Amino acid sequence: MTWETVIGLEVHAELSTKSKIFCGCSGEFGGEPNSRVCPVCAGFPGALPKLNRAVVEYAARVGLALGCTVAPRCKFDRKNYFYPDLPKAYQVSQLYLPICQGGRLEIEADGQKKSIGIREIHMEEDAGKLVHDADGTFMDFNRCGVPLIEIVTLPDFRSGGEVMAFLERLREILLYLGVCDCKMQEGSLRVDVNLSVCRPGEGLGVRTEMKNLNSFKAAGRAVEYERRRQIELLESGGAVVQETRRWDDDAGESFGMRSKENAQDYRYFPEPDLLPVELDEARLAGIRQSLPELAHQKRARYRRDYALSEAEAAVLTGHKRISDLFESVARLSGEPAEAARLITGEIMRLMNLTDTQPENLSVDAGKLSALVAFVSSGKINRGAYKETAEAVFLRGVDPETYIAEKGLLMLTDGGAVAEAVKAAVEDNPDAARDYLAGKDKAFGFLVGQAMKKLGGNGSPDMVREHLRKCLTNTPNR
Amino acid sequence: MLDMSALELSAAIKAGKLSAAEAAGAYIDAIEKTGNRHNAFLAVAKDKALARAGEVQARIDGGEALSPLAGVPIALKDNISVCDMETTCASEMLRGYKPVYSATAVERLEAAGMVIVGKLNMDEFAMGGSSETGVFGPARNPWDVSRVAGGSSGGSAAAVAAGEIPLALGSDTGGSIRQPCSFCGVTGIKPTYGAVSRYGLIAYASSLDQIGPIGRDMDDCAALLSVISGPDDKDSTCVIENPFGFDRPVSERLDGVNVGLPRNYFDGGIDRDVKRAVLAAAEELAAAGAAVEEFEMPLTEYVVPAYYIIACAEASSNLSRYDGLKYGYRSADAKTLNDVYRLSRSEGFGLEVKRRIMLGSFVLSSGYYDAYYKKALKTRALMKAAYDGLFKRFDILLAPVAPTSAYTIGENIDDPVKMYMGDIYTVSVNLAGLPAAALPCGFDGRGLPVGLQLIGQAFSEEKLAGAARVYQRRTDWHTRKPAGSPPTGGKTV
Repeated sequence: MTWETVIGLEVHAELSTKSKIFCGCSGEFGGEPNSRVCPVCAGFPGALPKLNRAVVEYAARVGLALGCTVAPRCKFDRKNYFYPDLPKAYQVSQLYLPICQGGRLEIEADGQKKSIGIREIHMEEDAGKLVHDADGTFMDFNRCGVPLIEIVTLPDFRSGGEVMAFLERLREILLYLGVCDCKMQEGSLRVDVNLSVCRPGEGLGVRTEMKNLNSFKAAGRAVEYERRRQIELLESGGAVVQETRRWDDDAGESFGMRSKENAQDYRYFPEPDLLPVELDEARLAGIRQSLPELAHQKRARYRRDYALSEAEAAVLTGHKRISDLFESVARLSGEPAEAARLITGEIMRLMNLTDTQPENLSVDAGKLSALVAFVSSGKINRGAYKETAEAVFLRGVDPETYIAEKGLLMLTDGGAVAEAVKAAVEDNPDAARDYLAGKDKAFGFLVGQAMKKLGGNGSPDMVREHLRKCLTNTPNR
Repeated sequence: MLDMSALELSAAIKAGKLSAAEAAGAYIDAIEKTGNRHNAFLAVAKDKALARAGEVQARIDGGEALSPLAGVPIALKDNISVCDMETTCASEMLRGYKPVYSATAVERLEAAGMVIVGKLNMDEFAMGGSSETGVFGPARNPWDVSRVAGGSSGGSAAAVAAGEIPLALGSDTGGSIRQPCSFCGVTGIKPTYGAVSRYGLIAYASSLDQIGPIGRDMDDCAALLSVISGPDDKDSTCVIENPFGFDRPVSERLDGVNVGLPRNYFDGGIDRDVKRAVLAAAEELAAAGAAVEEFEMPLTEYVVPAYYIIACAEASSNLSRYDGLKYGYRSADAKTLNDVYRLSRSEGFGLEVKRRIMLGSFVLSSGYYDAYYKKALKTRALMKAAYDGLFKRFDILLAPVAPTSAYTIGENIDDPVKMYMGDIYTVSVNLAGLPAAALPCGFDGRGLPVGLQLIGQAFSEEKLAGAARVYQRRTDWHTRKPAGSPPTGGKTV
């Protein structure tokens, strides 16, 4: 008998607005503990929240990009619970009237196209952090009040592959919208997985919620693990307990945290300190107009306007930093095809080599476009191109200076090439003889020898042409 | 000097007849002279006040215009945050707590050149109607020290009635300015919700709380309200567009003003003397030209339960932050995190506060939300709509503030339902977010003051104050002073 896996996601994304959701403090990651707090975000008696309108705009942007209906009027609610990282002992969130409802995201997984439903998106504030060390536990409220959106999907997933594909697409969209930096390690993107299994055609099974998924891969692994765990449990006659589980990616397994019996009653009620949020049609239209081109739209344009291959377009739009870089280099150099080749080839290779994440990419577009100009005008050969690309990427050198200093400019002086070719033939009479005897391999050897004498900077075409001429003129001994 | 109204005092300081420091010093002496026998003051900031008075004097001498209340000493209910000045809410939980910022209302007082002299007693976290629930003992009524001053702004009303301060700030969530004014024979205004910033007011019930003035007459209260009212970027529920002006010339008449009198407020549980005094006031308004007409106030049996459900629900959430971790009281016996929460809150809060937190947590808990909280919200909406209808007929409603005059200390403290029913005439005003003034309108057979309430439409404080001033021009109840209060002039009864 087979089992069907039913999965829904709750994705928390920290919004990269300049200030926090209800006060003027910076919401940036890090900082000395408690250096980015004020009476409002630290929940001091008498302090009141003041909604940062940019948060509403960011949340609406995500909603529009995911095809949601954005509510003309939404409200905040309080979610009450005690924990030391929550200084007010309630989180301001949205339960009854969230900002966005109903939407879809198209994904492709396991070779199949699929549409995942979005139930809702709501705005809320993040909690602080507890820091544990030998002296005890300390509270750091810097993250208190950092704006979050929670994106809740319908239970439309059937596999870990679909979950990972969804998360990749969602990350891509959030990055393109510029609303979240999506650094899972820093917690700016967090995923909770709700999973149950059932027999096809039968009602849904009891679900568990998995937390602490620190990467997309971890999410995929956790889904696989939890699916297997529930099936084994059911097949051995046991029952799944509704509970929250914590994923330990190093151990490759999850542990129960709290079951439904211990579930908290959050005593939600409307937040009396904030007015309802109004978003009129004009403002919504403004936000819709300001939506940037998204990845799938870019892919279509690259293929159409730049005649790039599907594979190239996919690599270039995999991350907004990459497509931004490509578009800058293409624009500055006027050579989109060559720019695409440089980025999908050398730059991607170097990023892999140095383990550079796209969000940390800092290579200068102007320098890369100068490099593109060198190669597309035939002034340097492939070897020099590779070497220069590496120097630009790793050390940020100026390509023009570097090429000049290293003498990498392709030698196009006929006299010098002729001389090098002549010397190569004279130094290697056996190879010349072999060539004339019909051994083609010897030609390549002689080209290499001539290039060596030219310091690697000879134009390969010129060298070949001169060599051919020289060998035909060599008397057959 | 202590006989002067706040406005007269400021004028005298500006005219150079006395200095701001002399004014502050005289009031501090008055407090010391009575030995704080009404337990109205929880703290007197003598040095700070005198230093501050000197600064204000320098500004006046330098030709700065300042406000009509510049140089006037003032004291604040102890739930209003003043930077670096202990603000306790009369709770063990906040003993020793010094705010790192000042409430917006406080900043406005200071900008207006007023001098903060001290902090005033109250019910713990403003929960109560008698100022008996605070950890520092009950505030006493200057007309009879065996009786309560009312609450929760009992310290504010008692200090003004006793002549220990010319003006005070209180806060009103369900009657907490009006009822102590009535019990102590002084004047006060509960402003429209959204007229005065709540930033820095330590919250009891956020959708109901408002800071307001308490003084000897409406002229002083109106002047103070014009100082503290106005929009505030830090409080998004403070939706008023401009501060109140109150600058229209005071008329002697109320011709063309329609006054509604809720007939059913005068049946049943109301004290005979209170009824007599308020109805006499209705006649006085009619004599001034007002058209007084009776009507039936709807929903009276629902407003007290609805108020307690909403207020306690919000309080249960607002007071969750007092967890023993960050500031305020922490139980010495706590060993685990759960202990810190459980013991600190059990020991740090008093009985009434705990009762309301439990009630509020209950009505919000899953399974009971719809049965209690949601129904209370519906009642609130109906009450608002009912008031909207009434204000199509009337300009102002005249009502008693409380069914009785001040009761004796300890009389009602063990009977919360009886205590809560004392709020019957005041809570609907908060549920609807309306302004209401409380004015002295007579005395009962025991010589205790009785107050009336004038209720207006949202943001009609200027009209309300106008009617109150006409009433006070025509009567002298507000000029009566309890025997033994420091001012020598004025009438005593």
